[in-house]
Amino acid sequence: MREQISPHLLTGTRARNRRIDLGLRQTNVAKEIGISGSYLNLIEHNRRKIGGKLLSELARVLVIDVALLGDGVSDAILVPLKEAAAAFPDESIEDLQSEELLARFPGWAALIVAQRRRITQLEDRTEALSNRLAHDSQIANALHDVISTATAIRSTASILVETPNLDSDWQSRFHTNIDMDSARLAESSQALLGFLDMEMEAGSAHVDSAMEQAEAALAKSDYYFLGIDNGDDIKFDEIQNATTRTILQDWAKGASEDAVSLPLKAFTQVARAVAYDPARLSSQFGVALDVVLRRLAHLPPDSDHPLMGLAICDGAGVVTFQKPMLDFQLPRSGAACPLWPLYQALTQPGRAIRRIVRLPGAARTPFECFAIAGPVGDIAFGSEPRINATMLVRPASADDTVDVVGPGCRVCDVHNCTSRRHPSLL
Amino acid sequence: MGQRVLLIEDEPNIIEAISYILTKDGWTVHTHSDGETAMSKVMQRVPDLIILDVMLPGKSGYDILRELRAQAETKDVPVMMLTARGQSKDREMATSLGATQFMTKPFSNAEVLKSVRALAGL
Repeated sequence: MREQISPHLLTGTRARNRRIDLGLRQTNVAKEIGISGSYLNLIEHNRRKIGGKLLSELARVLVIDVALLGDGVSDAILVPLKEAAAAFPDESIEDLQSEELLARFPGWAALIVAQRRRITQLEDRTEALSNRLAHDSQIANALHDVISTATAIRSTASILVETPNLDSDWQSRFHTNIDMDSARLAESSQALLGFLDMEMEAGSAHVDSAMEQAEAALAKSDYYFLGIDNGDDIKFDEIQNATTRTILQDWAKGASEDAVSLPLKAFTQVARAVAYDPARLSSQFGVALDVVLRRLAHLPPDSDHPLMGLAICDGAGVVTFQKPMLDFQLPRSGAACPLWPLYQALTQPGRAIRRIVRLPGAARTPFECFAIAGPVGDIAFGSEPRINATMLVRPASADDTVDVVGPGCRVCDVHNCTSRRHPSLL
Repeated sequence: MGQRVLLIEDEPNIIEAISYILTKDGWTVHTHSDGETAMSKVMQRVPDLIILDVMLPGKSGYDILRELRAQAETKDVPVMMLTARGQSKDREMATSLGATQFMTKPFSNAEVLKSVRALAGL
Protein backbone atom coordinates (compact mmCIF):
# COMPACT_ATOMS: atom_id res chain seq x y z
CA MET A 1 0.00 0.00 0.00
CA ARG A 2 1.23 3.46 -0.89
CA GLU A 3 2.44 5.54 2.04
CA GLN A 4 0.24 8.40 3.27
CA ILE A 5 1.49 11.51 1.46
CA SER A 6 1.76 14.88 3.09
CA PRO A 7 0.05 17.80 1.34
CA HIS A 8 3.48 19.42 1.13
CA LEU A 9 5.49 16.74 -0.58
CA LEU A 10 9.24 16.80 -0.77
CA THR A 11 11.10 16.51 -4.05
CA GLY A 12 12.23 12.95 -3.39
CA THR A 13 8.72 11.71 -2.66
CA ARG A 14 7.41 13.44 -5.78
CA ALA A 15 10.15 11.86 -7.89
CA ARG A 16 9.46 8.42 -6.45
CA ASN A 17 5.69 8.70 -7.02
CA ARG A 18 6.25 9.89 -10.55
CA ARG A 19 8.72 7.07 -11.33
CA ILE A 20 6.34 4.42 -9.98
CA ASP A 21 3.44 5.93 -11.97
CA LEU A 22 5.54 5.70 -15.12
CA GLY A 23 6.46 2.09 -14.29
CA LEU A 24 10.19 2.80 -14.36
CA ARG A 25 12.73 0.83 -12.35
CA GLN A 26 14.84 2.76 -9.88
CA THR A 27 18.11 1.33 -11.22
CA ASN A 28 17.25 2.24 -14.82
CA VAL A 29 16.39 5.82 -13.92
CA ALA A 30 19.58 6.11 -11.84
CA LYS A 31 21.66 4.83 -14.72
CA GLU A 32 19.97 7.23 -17.14
CA ILE A 33 20.90 10.25 -15.03
CA GLY A 34 24.36 8.99 -14.20
CA ILE A 35 24.07 8.11 -10.50
CA SER A 36 23.93 4.90 -8.56
CA GLY A 37 20.69 3.19 -7.67
CA SER A 38 21.41 3.52 -3.95
CA TYR A 39 22.00 7.27 -4.31
CA LEU A 40 18.67 7.67 -6.14
CA ASN A 41 17.08 5.64 -3.34
CA LEU A 42 18.43 8.13 -0.80
CA ILE A 43 17.07 11.01 -2.90
CA GLU A 44 13.66 9.39 -3.21
CA HIS A 45 13.48 9.03 0.58
CA ASN A 46 14.40 12.66 1.04
CA ARG A 47 17.72 11.83 2.65
CA ARG A 48 19.76 13.63 0.04
CA LYS A 49 18.99 17.05 -1.35
CA ILE A 50 18.85 17.42 -5.09
CA GLY A 51 19.03 20.45 -7.34
CA GLY A 52 20.69 22.02 -10.37
CA LYS A 53 21.66 19.86 -13.31
CA LEU A 54 20.82 16.56 -11.57
CA LEU A 55 17.28 17.74 -10.82
CA SER A 56 16.88 18.81 -14.45
CA GLU A 57 18.10 15.42 -15.65
CA LEU A 58 15.77 13.57 -13.30
CA ALA A 59 12.85 15.73 -14.47
CA ARG A 60 13.74 14.96 -18.10
CA VAL A 61 13.78 11.21 -17.50
CA LEU A 62 10.54 11.38 -15.51
CA VAL A 63 8.95 13.51 -18.27
CA ILE A 64 7.91 16.26 -15.90
CA ASP A 65 8.53 19.99 -15.75
CA VAL A 66 11.46 20.65 -13.47
CA ALA A 67 9.46 23.36 -11.69
CA LEU A 68 6.89 20.74 -10.73
CA LEU A 69 9.53 18.43 -9.30
CA GLY A 70 11.49 21.00 -7.31
CA ASP A 71 10.73 21.85 -3.69
CA GLY A 72 8.86 25.04 -4.44
CA VAL A 73 6.05 23.63 -6.55
CA SER A 74 4.91 26.48 -8.69
CA ASP A 75 2.11 28.50 -7.08
CA ALA A 76 1.15 29.49 -10.60
CA ILE A 77 -0.36 26.04 -11.00
CA LEU A 78 -1.00 24.93 -7.43
CA VAL A 79 -3.05 28.01 -6.45
CA PRO A 80 -5.41 27.90 -9.45
CA LEU A 81 -5.69 24.15 -8.93
CA LYS A 82 -6.94 24.77 -5.40
CA GLU A 83 -9.18 27.56 -6.67
CA ALA A 84 -10.69 25.13 -9.18
CA ALA A 85 -11.51 22.78 -6.30
CA ALA A 86 -12.88 25.64 -4.19
CA ALA A 87 -15.21 26.70 -7.01
CA PHE A 88 -17.21 23.53 -6.45
CA PRO A 89 -17.52 23.33 -2.66
CA ASP A 90 -20.25 20.70 -2.85
CA GLU A 91 -18.00 18.22 -4.62
CA SER A 92 -15.93 15.96 -2.37
CA ILE A 93 -12.54 16.78 -3.84
CA GLU A 94 -9.37 15.66 -2.10
CA ASP A 95 -8.12 19.23 -1.84
CA LEU A 96 -5.28 18.33 0.47
CA GLN A 97 -3.82 16.12 -2.23
CA SER A 98 -3.68 18.75 -4.96
CA GLU A 99 0.11 18.87 -4.71
CA GLU A 100 0.28 15.15 -5.19
CA LEU A 101 -1.99 15.41 -8.21
CA LEU A 102 0.29 18.06 -9.63
CA ALA A 103 3.38 15.99 -9.05
CA ARG A 104 2.06 12.71 -10.33
CA PHE A 105 -0.17 13.89 -13.14
CA PRO A 106 1.19 17.26 -14.26
CA GLY A 107 -0.63 17.05 -17.59
CA TRP A 108 -4.02 16.51 -15.95
CA ALA A 109 -3.28 19.22 -13.38
CA ALA A 110 -2.39 21.66 -16.17
CA LEU A 111 -5.59 20.71 -17.97
CA ILE A 112 -7.69 21.45 -14.87
CA VAL A 113 -5.94 24.80 -14.45
CA ALA A 114 -6.44 25.67 -18.13
CA GLN A 115 -10.10 24.71 -17.92
CA ARG A 116 -10.51 26.75 -14.74
CA ARG A 117 -8.96 29.75 -16.52
CA ARG A 118 -11.27 29.23 -19.49
CA ILE A 119 -14.33 28.97 -17.25
CA THR A 120 -13.34 32.22 -15.51
CA GLN A 121 -12.91 33.94 -18.87
CA LEU A 122 -16.27 32.70 -20.10
CA GLU A 123 -17.96 33.71 -16.84
CA ASP A 124 -16.45 37.20 -17.17
CA ARG A 125 -17.55 37.37 -20.79
CA THR A 126 -21.06 36.20 -19.93
CA GLU A 127 -21.29 38.85 -17.25
CA ALA A 128 -20.05 41.51 -19.69
CA LEU A 129 -22.59 40.43 -22.31
CA SER A 130 -25.32 40.33 -19.71
CA ASN A 131 -24.42 43.87 -18.64
CA ARG A 132 -24.34 44.87 -22.28
CA LEU A 133 -27.81 43.45 -22.87
CA ALA A 134 -29.06 45.43 -19.92
CA HIS A 135 -27.30 48.71 -20.68
CA ASP A 136 -26.32 48.87 -24.36
CA SER A 137 -28.27 51.65 -26.02
CA GLN A 138 -28.35 49.96 -29.45
CA ILE A 139 -29.85 46.78 -28.03
CA ALA A 140 -32.20 48.77 -25.80
CA ASN A 141 -33.41 50.79 -28.81
CA ALA A 142 -33.90 47.67 -30.95
CA LEU A 143 -35.76 45.89 -28.15
CA HIS A 144 -37.86 48.96 -27.46
CA ASP A 145 -38.78 49.10 -31.14
CA VAL A 146 -39.89 45.45 -31.16
CA ILE A 147 -41.98 45.76 -28.00
CA SER A 148 -43.52 49.09 -28.97
CA THR A 149 -44.56 47.72 -32.35
CA ALA A 150 -46.02 44.61 -30.72
CA THR A 151 -47.94 46.89 -28.32
CA ALA A 152 -49.35 48.93 -31.19
CA ILE A 153 -50.45 45.75 -33.01
CA ARG A 154 -52.03 44.27 -29.87
CA SER A 155 -53.88 47.45 -29.03
CA THR A 156 -55.13 48.03 -32.56
CA ALA A 157 -56.16 44.40 -33.07
CA SER A 158 -58.12 44.50 -29.80
CA ILE A 159 -60.03 47.55 -30.98
CA LEU A 160 -60.93 45.78 -34.23
CA VAL A 161 -62.09 42.65 -32.40
CA GLU A 162 -63.79 44.27 -29.43
CA THR A 163 -65.60 47.15 -31.13
CA PRO A 164 -68.80 46.07 -32.85
CA ASN A 165 -70.02 48.35 -35.62
CA LEU A 166 -66.67 50.12 -35.90
CA ASP A 167 -66.84 52.99 -38.34
CA SER A 168 -65.53 51.85 -41.73
CA ASP A 169 -62.98 54.69 -41.93
CA TRP A 170 -61.52 53.74 -38.55
CA GLN A 171 -61.64 50.07 -39.55
CA SER A 172 -59.67 50.74 -42.69
CA ARG A 173 -57.22 52.95 -40.83
CA PHE A 174 -56.58 50.33 -38.14
CA HIS A 175 -56.13 47.60 -40.76
CA THR A 176 -53.52 49.73 -42.49
CA ASN A 177 -51.78 50.38 -39.15
CA ILE A 178 -51.63 46.65 -38.38
CA ASP A 179 -50.27 45.92 -41.83
CA MET A 180 -47.52 48.55 -41.45
CA ASP A 181 -46.72 47.50 -37.89
CA SER A 182 -46.49 43.81 -38.68
CA ALA A 183 -44.01 44.54 -41.47
CA ARG A 184 -42.04 46.76 -39.09
CA LEU A 185 -42.13 44.10 -36.39
CA ALA A 186 -40.66 41.53 -38.78
CA GLU A 187 -37.84 43.90 -39.70
CA SER A 188 -37.07 45.05 -36.18
CA SER A 189 -37.06 41.52 -34.74
CA GLN A 190 -34.71 40.44 -37.50
CA ALA A 191 -32.48 43.42 -36.74
CA LEU A 192 -32.45 42.59 -33.05
CA LEU A 193 -31.53 38.98 -33.73
CA GLY A 194 -28.82 40.03 -36.17
CA PHE A 195 -27.41 42.45 -33.65
CA LEU A 196 -27.38 39.86 -30.87
CA ASP A 197 -25.74 37.29 -33.18
CA MET A 198 -23.05 39.81 -34.03
CA GLU A 199 -22.45 40.56 -30.36
CA MET A 200 -22.08 36.89 -29.56
CA GLU A 201 -19.68 36.37 -32.48
CA ALA A 202 -17.60 39.33 -31.39
CA GLY A 203 -17.65 38.07 -27.82
CA SER A 204 -16.35 34.61 -28.60
CA ALA A 205 -13.68 35.92 -30.93
CA HIS A 206 -12.24 38.23 -28.33
CA VAL A 207 -12.17 36.00 -25.29
CA ASP A 208 -8.50 35.23 -25.63
CA SER A 209 -7.34 38.37 -27.39
CA ALA A 210 -4.00 39.59 -26.06
CA MET A 211 -4.91 43.09 -27.23
CA GLU A 212 -8.11 43.00 -25.18
CA GLN A 213 -6.20 41.82 -22.12
CA ALA A 214 -3.67 44.63 -22.61
CA GLU A 215 -6.45 47.20 -22.88
CA ALA A 216 -8.13 45.81 -19.77
CA ALA A 217 -4.85 46.01 -17.84
CA LEU A 218 -4.29 49.61 -18.93
CA ALA A 219 -7.89 50.57 -18.17
CA LYS A 220 -7.25 49.62 -14.53
CA SER A 221 -4.76 52.49 -14.27
CA ASP A 222 -7.02 54.88 -16.21
CA TYR A 223 -4.71 54.61 -19.24
CA TYR A 224 -1.83 56.21 -17.37
CA PHE A 225 1.50 54.43 -17.21
CA LEU A 226 2.50 54.98 -13.62
CA GLY A 227 6.14 56.07 -13.45
CA ILE A 228 6.59 57.41 -17.00
CA ASP A 229 6.89 60.96 -15.72
CA ASN A 230 9.67 59.93 -13.35
CA GLY A 231 11.63 58.21 -16.10
CA ASP A 232 10.96 54.80 -14.52
CA ASP A 233 11.41 51.62 -16.49
CA ILE A 234 7.83 50.36 -16.79
CA LYS A 235 7.44 46.63 -16.23
CA PHE A 236 4.42 44.35 -16.45
CA ASP A 237 5.68 41.32 -14.56
CA GLU A 238 2.24 40.60 -13.13
CA ILE A 239 0.87 39.94 -16.65
CA GLN A 240 1.11 36.23 -17.38
CA ASN A 241 0.48 36.25 -21.12
CA ALA A 242 3.76 37.03 -22.91
CA THR A 243 2.05 38.60 -25.94
CA THR A 244 -0.04 40.85 -23.72
CA ARG A 245 3.12 41.85 -21.86
CA THR A 246 4.86 42.70 -25.12
CA ILE A 247 1.93 44.85 -26.29
CA LEU A 248 1.86 46.74 -22.98
CA GLN A 249 5.63 47.25 -23.00
CA ASP A 250 5.41 48.59 -26.54
CA TRP A 251 2.69 51.08 -25.56
CA ALA A 252 4.60 52.09 -22.43
CA LYS A 253 7.76 52.67 -24.45
CA GLY A 254 5.89 55.01 -26.79
CA ALA A 255 4.24 56.83 -23.90
CA SER A 256 7.62 57.23 -22.16
CA GLU A 257 9.15 58.75 -25.29
CA ASP A 258 6.21 61.17 -25.55
CA ALA A 259 6.67 62.07 -21.87
CA VAL A 260 10.32 62.93 -22.51
CA SER A 261 9.31 65.23 -25.40
CA LEU A 262 6.55 66.83 -23.34
CA PRO A 263 7.55 66.95 -19.63
CA LEU A 264 4.49 66.69 -17.40
CA LYS A 265 4.79 69.90 -15.38
CA ALA A 266 5.43 72.26 -18.28
CA PHE A 267 2.99 70.46 -20.56
CA THR A 268 0.17 70.51 -18.02
CA GLN A 269 0.71 74.19 -17.31
CA VAL A 270 0.58 75.19 -20.97
CA ALA A 271 -2.25 72.75 -21.75
CA ARG A 272 -4.45 74.43 -19.15
CA ALA A 273 -3.48 77.88 -20.44
CA VAL A 274 -4.46 77.03 -24.03
CA ALA A 275 -7.60 75.06 -23.10
CA TYR A 276 -5.95 71.80 -24.18
CA ASP A 277 -5.76 72.99 -27.82
CA PRO A 278 -3.58 70.34 -29.52
CA ALA A 279 -2.45 72.62 -32.37
CA ARG A 280 -1.23 75.34 -30.00
CA LEU A 281 0.48 72.81 -27.79
CA SER A 282 2.23 71.34 -30.82
CA SER A 283 3.40 74.79 -31.84
CA GLN A 284 4.48 75.85 -28.33
CA PHE A 285 6.57 72.73 -27.71
CA GLY A 286 7.74 72.25 -31.29
CA VAL A 287 6.64 68.61 -31.42
CA ALA A 288 4.52 66.73 -33.92
CA LEU A 289 0.75 66.89 -33.46
CA ASP A 290 0.35 63.13 -33.02
CA VAL A 291 2.76 63.22 -30.07
CA VAL A 292 0.60 65.90 -28.42
CA LEU A 293 -2.59 63.89 -29.06
CA ARG A 294 -1.08 60.79 -27.45
CA ARG A 295 0.34 62.76 -24.52
CA LEU A 296 -3.03 64.36 -23.80
CA ALA A 297 -4.60 60.92 -23.59
CA HIS A 298 -1.95 59.66 -21.14
CA LEU A 299 -2.03 62.32 -18.45
CA PRO A 300 -2.31 61.35 -14.77
CA PRO A 301 -5.97 60.58 -14.00
CA ASP A 302 -6.02 62.46 -10.69
CA SER A 303 -5.25 65.94 -12.04
CA ASP A 304 -8.66 67.22 -13.13
CA HIS A 305 -7.92 67.13 -16.86
CA PRO A 306 -10.91 66.98 -19.24
CA LEU A 307 -12.13 63.56 -20.40
CA MET A 308 -10.12 62.50 -23.44
CA GLY A 309 -10.21 59.31 -25.50
CA LEU A 310 -7.73 58.17 -28.12
CA ALA A 311 -7.63 55.86 -31.11
CA ILE A 312 -4.67 54.86 -33.23
CA CYS A 313 -5.00 52.78 -36.38
CA ASP A 314 -2.60 51.45 -38.96
CA GLY A 315 -2.77 51.94 -42.74
CA ALA A 316 -5.32 49.14 -43.04
CA GLY A 317 -7.61 50.89 -40.59
CA VAL A 318 -7.09 48.30 -37.86
CA VAL A 319 -7.27 49.91 -34.43
CA THR A 320 -3.96 49.20 -32.70
CA PHE A 321 -4.68 51.23 -29.58
CA GLN A 322 -7.69 52.90 -28.11
CA LYS A 323 -8.74 54.58 -24.93
CA PRO A 324 -12.57 54.53 -24.89
CA MET A 325 -14.43 57.53 -23.49
CA LEU A 326 -18.19 57.81 -22.74
CA ASP A 327 -19.82 56.02 -25.70
CA PHE A 328 -16.81 56.47 -27.96
CA GLN A 329 -15.32 53.07 -28.81
CA LEU A 330 -14.31 51.83 -32.22
CA PRO A 331 -14.65 48.17 -33.19
CA ARG A 332 -11.24 46.54 -33.21
CA SER A 333 -11.97 44.45 -36.29
CA GLY A 334 -11.87 47.40 -38.70
CA ALA A 335 -15.65 47.41 -39.28
CA ALA A 336 -15.99 50.97 -38.00
CA CYS A 337 -17.71 53.86 -39.73
CA PRO A 338 -15.33 55.39 -42.33
CA LEU A 339 -16.65 58.84 -41.47
CA TRP A 340 -14.64 59.00 -38.23
CA PRO A 341 -11.91 61.62 -38.71
CA LEU A 342 -9.36 58.91 -37.84
CA TYR A 343 -9.98 57.23 -41.18
CA GLN A 344 -10.32 60.48 -43.09
CA ALA A 345 -6.85 61.41 -41.83
CA LEU A 346 -5.48 58.22 -43.40
CA THR A 347 -6.48 59.48 -46.84
CA GLN A 348 -4.52 62.72 -46.41
CA PRO A 349 -1.39 62.08 -44.35
CA GLY A 350 -0.02 65.24 -42.79
CA ARG A 351 -3.32 67.12 -42.80
CA ALA A 352 -4.61 68.02 -39.34
CA ILE A 353 -8.37 67.43 -39.08
CA ARG A 354 -10.73 68.84 -36.46
CA ARG A 355 -14.41 67.84 -36.58
CA ILE A 356 -17.35 67.66 -34.24
CA VAL A 357 -19.23 64.38 -34.55
CA ARG A 358 -21.80 62.35 -32.69
CA LEU A 359 -23.29 58.89 -32.95
CA PRO A 360 -26.82 58.64 -34.38
CA GLY A 361 -29.77 58.68 -31.98
CA ALA A 362 -31.22 61.08 -29.50
CA ALA A 363 -29.27 62.67 -26.68
CA ARG A 364 -25.86 61.46 -27.88
CA THR A 365 -22.77 63.29 -26.67
CA PRO A 366 -21.09 65.30 -29.42
CA PHE A 367 -17.35 64.65 -29.66
CA GLU A 368 -14.62 67.04 -30.71
CA CYS A 369 -12.11 65.00 -32.72
CA PHE A 370 -8.53 65.93 -33.66
CA ALA A 371 -6.85 63.59 -36.11
CA ILE A 372 -3.68 63.34 -38.12
CA ALA A 373 -1.88 60.58 -40.02
CA GLY A 374 1.75 60.25 -40.85
CA PRO A 375 4.67 57.87 -41.27
CA VAL A 376 6.03 56.09 -38.21
CA GLY A 377 9.28 54.26 -37.60
CA ASP A 378 12.39 54.43 -39.74
CA ILE A 379 12.04 55.80 -43.23
CA ALA A 380 14.26 54.32 -45.90
CA PHE A 381 14.63 54.98 -49.61
CA GLY A 382 12.88 52.39 -51.71
CA SER A 383 10.68 51.01 -48.94
CA GLU A 384 7.03 51.76 -48.27
CA PRO A 385 6.47 53.99 -45.24
CA ARG A 386 4.36 52.65 -42.37
CA ILE A 387 1.45 55.04 -41.88
CA ASN A 388 -0.51 55.43 -38.63
CA ALA A 389 -3.45 57.70 -37.90
CA THR A 390 -4.04 59.14 -34.43
CA MET A 391 -7.28 60.68 -33.16
CA LEU A 392 -7.98 62.41 -29.87
CA VAL A 393 -11.64 62.55 -28.83
CA ARG A 394 -13.26 64.67 -26.13
CA PRO A 395 -16.79 65.88 -25.34
CA ALA A 396 -17.70 68.94 -27.41
CA SER A 397 -19.87 71.84 -26.41
CA ALA A 398 -23.46 71.31 -27.55
CA ASP A 399 -23.67 74.42 -29.76
CA ASP A 400 -21.06 73.28 -32.30
CA THR A 401 -22.16 72.06 -35.74
CA VAL A 402 -22.21 68.30 -35.56
CA ASP A 403 -21.68 65.62 -38.21
CA VAL A 404 -23.18 62.19 -37.59
CA VAL A 405 -20.85 59.20 -37.64
CA GLY A 406 -22.08 55.65 -37.19
CA PRO A 407 -21.21 52.85 -34.81
CA GLY A 408 -20.64 50.61 -37.89
CA CYS A 409 -22.87 50.01 -40.93
CA ARG A 410 -24.72 46.93 -39.65
CA VAL A 411 -26.01 48.69 -36.56
CA CYS A 412 -26.35 52.20 -37.95
CA ASP A 413 -29.76 53.63 -38.83
CA VAL A 414 -28.55 56.49 -41.04
CA HIS A 415 -30.02 55.13 -44.26
CA ASN A 416 -29.03 57.85 -46.75
CA CYS A 417 -25.31 57.61 -45.92
CA THR A 418 -23.08 57.66 -48.99
CA SER A 419 -20.36 55.76 -47.11
CA ARG A 420 -22.57 52.78 -46.32
CA ARG A 421 -20.87 49.49 -47.27
CA HIS A 422 -23.38 47.08 -45.71
CA PRO A 423 -27.18 47.22 -45.34
CA SER A 424 -28.32 48.16 -41.85
CA LEU A 425 -29.87 45.52 -39.65
CA LEU A 426 -31.84 48.17 -37.82
CA MET B 1 -66.51 62.66 -18.02
CA GLY B 2 -64.56 65.14 -20.15
CA GLN B 3 -61.36 64.93 -18.11
CA ARG B 4 -58.16 65.82 -19.94
CA VAL B 5 -55.42 63.27 -20.42
CA LEU B 6 -52.07 64.02 -22.04
CA LEU B 7 -50.43 61.07 -23.77
CA ILE B 8 -46.66 61.57 -24.26
CA GLU B 9 -45.54 58.74 -26.55
CA ASP B 10 -43.51 58.61 -29.75
CA GLU B 11 -45.03 55.54 -31.38
CA PRO B 12 -47.76 56.90 -33.71
CA ASN B 13 -49.89 53.75 -33.82
CA ILE B 14 -49.87 53.38 -30.03
CA ILE B 15 -50.93 57.02 -29.85
CA GLU B 16 -53.76 56.33 -32.26
CA ALA B 17 -54.98 53.20 -30.49
CA ILE B 18 -54.86 54.65 -26.96
CA SER B 19 -56.41 57.91 -28.13
CA TYR B 20 -59.24 55.97 -29.72
CA ILE B 21 -60.12 53.89 -26.66
CA LEU B 22 -59.84 56.81 -24.23
CA THR B 23 -61.84 59.16 -26.45
CA LYS B 24 -64.49 56.49 -26.81
CA ASP B 25 -64.55 56.28 -23.01
CA GLY B 26 -65.23 59.99 -22.78
CA TRP B 27 -61.79 61.44 -22.18
CA THR B 28 -60.39 64.47 -23.94
CA VAL B 29 -57.06 63.22 -25.24
CA HIS B 30 -54.08 65.39 -26.15
CA THR B 31 -50.90 63.87 -27.49
CA HIS B 32 -47.25 64.81 -27.74
CA SER B 33 -44.32 62.84 -29.21
CA ASP B 34 -41.14 64.69 -28.28
CA GLY B 35 -39.38 64.42 -24.92
CA GLU B 36 -37.45 67.67 -25.25
CA THR B 37 -40.56 69.86 -25.55
CA ALA B 38 -42.91 67.73 -23.43
CA MET B 39 -42.70 69.99 -20.34
CA SER B 40 -43.73 73.10 -22.26
CA LYS B 41 -46.69 71.16 -23.69
CA VAL B 42 -47.71 70.15 -20.16
CA MET B 43 -47.38 73.70 -18.86
CA GLN B 44 -49.54 75.15 -21.65
CA ARG B 45 -52.51 73.62 -19.90
CA VAL B 46 -51.93 71.17 -17.08
CA PRO B 47 -53.91 67.96 -17.77
CA ASP B 48 -55.84 65.91 -15.21
CA LEU B 49 -53.69 62.88 -15.93
CA ILE B 50 -50.52 62.11 -17.88
CA ILE B 51 -49.57 58.89 -19.64
CA LEU B 52 -45.80 59.05 -20.15
CA ASP B 53 -43.56 56.73 -22.16
CA VAL B 54 -40.06 56.15 -20.74
CA MET B 55 -38.06 56.08 -23.99
CA LEU B 56 -38.72 59.29 -25.89
CA PRO B 57 -36.63 61.21 -28.40
CA GLY B 58 -34.77 64.13 -26.86
CA LYS B 59 -35.41 63.44 -23.20
CA SER B 60 -36.34 60.33 -21.24
CA GLY B 61 -39.68 59.88 -19.51
CA TYR B 62 -37.82 59.64 -16.18
CA ASP B 63 -36.32 63.12 -16.67
CA ILE B 64 -39.72 64.52 -17.58
CA LEU B 65 -41.28 62.88 -14.51
CA ARG B 66 -38.55 64.42 -12.33
CA GLU B 67 -39.39 67.86 -13.72
CA LEU B 68 -43.12 67.29 -13.31
CA ARG B 69 -42.65 66.49 -9.64
CA ALA B 70 -40.45 69.56 -9.16
CA GLN B 71 -43.08 72.01 -10.46
CA ALA B 72 -45.82 73.20 -8.12
CA GLU B 73 -48.45 73.08 -10.88
CA THR B 74 -47.76 69.47 -11.82
CA LYS B 75 -46.40 67.81 -8.70
CA ASP B 76 -49.75 66.19 -7.84
CA VAL B 77 -50.90 65.24 -11.35
CA PRO B 78 -51.25 61.45 -11.61
CA VAL B 79 -48.65 60.00 -13.99
CA MET B 80 -48.83 56.55 -15.53
CA MET B 81 -45.46 55.46 -16.92
CA LEU B 82 -45.30 53.20 -19.96
CA THR B 83 -42.19 51.16 -20.54
CA ALA B 84 -40.98 48.32 -22.71
CA ARG B 85 -38.87 47.08 -19.81
CA GLY B 86 -40.57 45.51 -16.84
CA GLN B 87 -37.51 44.97 -14.68
CA SER B 88 -37.92 45.66 -11.01
CA LYS B 89 -35.23 48.36 -11.08
CA ASP B 90 -37.23 50.28 -13.72
CA ARG B 91 -40.30 50.00 -11.57
CA GLU B 92 -38.31 51.17 -8.54
CA MET B 93 -36.87 54.06 -10.53
CA ALA B 94 -40.34 55.18 -11.67
CA THR B 95 -41.75 54.86 -8.17
CA SER B 96 -38.85 56.72 -6.56
CA LEU B 97 -39.33 59.59 -8.99
CA GLY B 98 -43.01 59.83 -8.13
CA ALA B 99 -44.85 57.81 -10.78
CA THR B 100 -48.42 57.00 -9.71
CA GLN B 101 -48.71 53.90 -11.88
CA PHE B 102 -46.30 51.79 -13.94
CA MET B 103 -47.40 49.77 -16.97
CA THR B 104 -45.24 47.41 -19.00
CA LYS B 105 -45.62 47.09 -22.79
CA PRO B 106 -47.25 45.23 -24.42
CA PHE B 107 -50.38 45.99 -22.41
CA SER B 108 -54.04 45.38 -23.20
CA ASN B 109 -56.53 48.15 -23.87
CA ALA B 110 -58.62 46.95 -20.94
CA GLU B 111 -55.61 47.36 -18.60
CA VAL B 112 -54.97 50.89 -19.80
CA LEU B 113 -58.60 51.88 -19.46
CA LYS B 114 -58.92 50.34 -16.00
CA SER B 115 -55.75 52.07 -14.75
CA VAL B 116 -56.69 55.45 -16.19
CA ARG B 117 -60.14 55.28 -14.59
CA ALA B 118 -58.63 54.24 -11.27
CA LEU B 119 -56.10 57.11 -11.34
CA ALA B 120 -58.91 59.56 -11.96
CA GLY B 121 -60.84 58.08 -9.03
CA LEU B 122 -63.63 56.81 -11.23
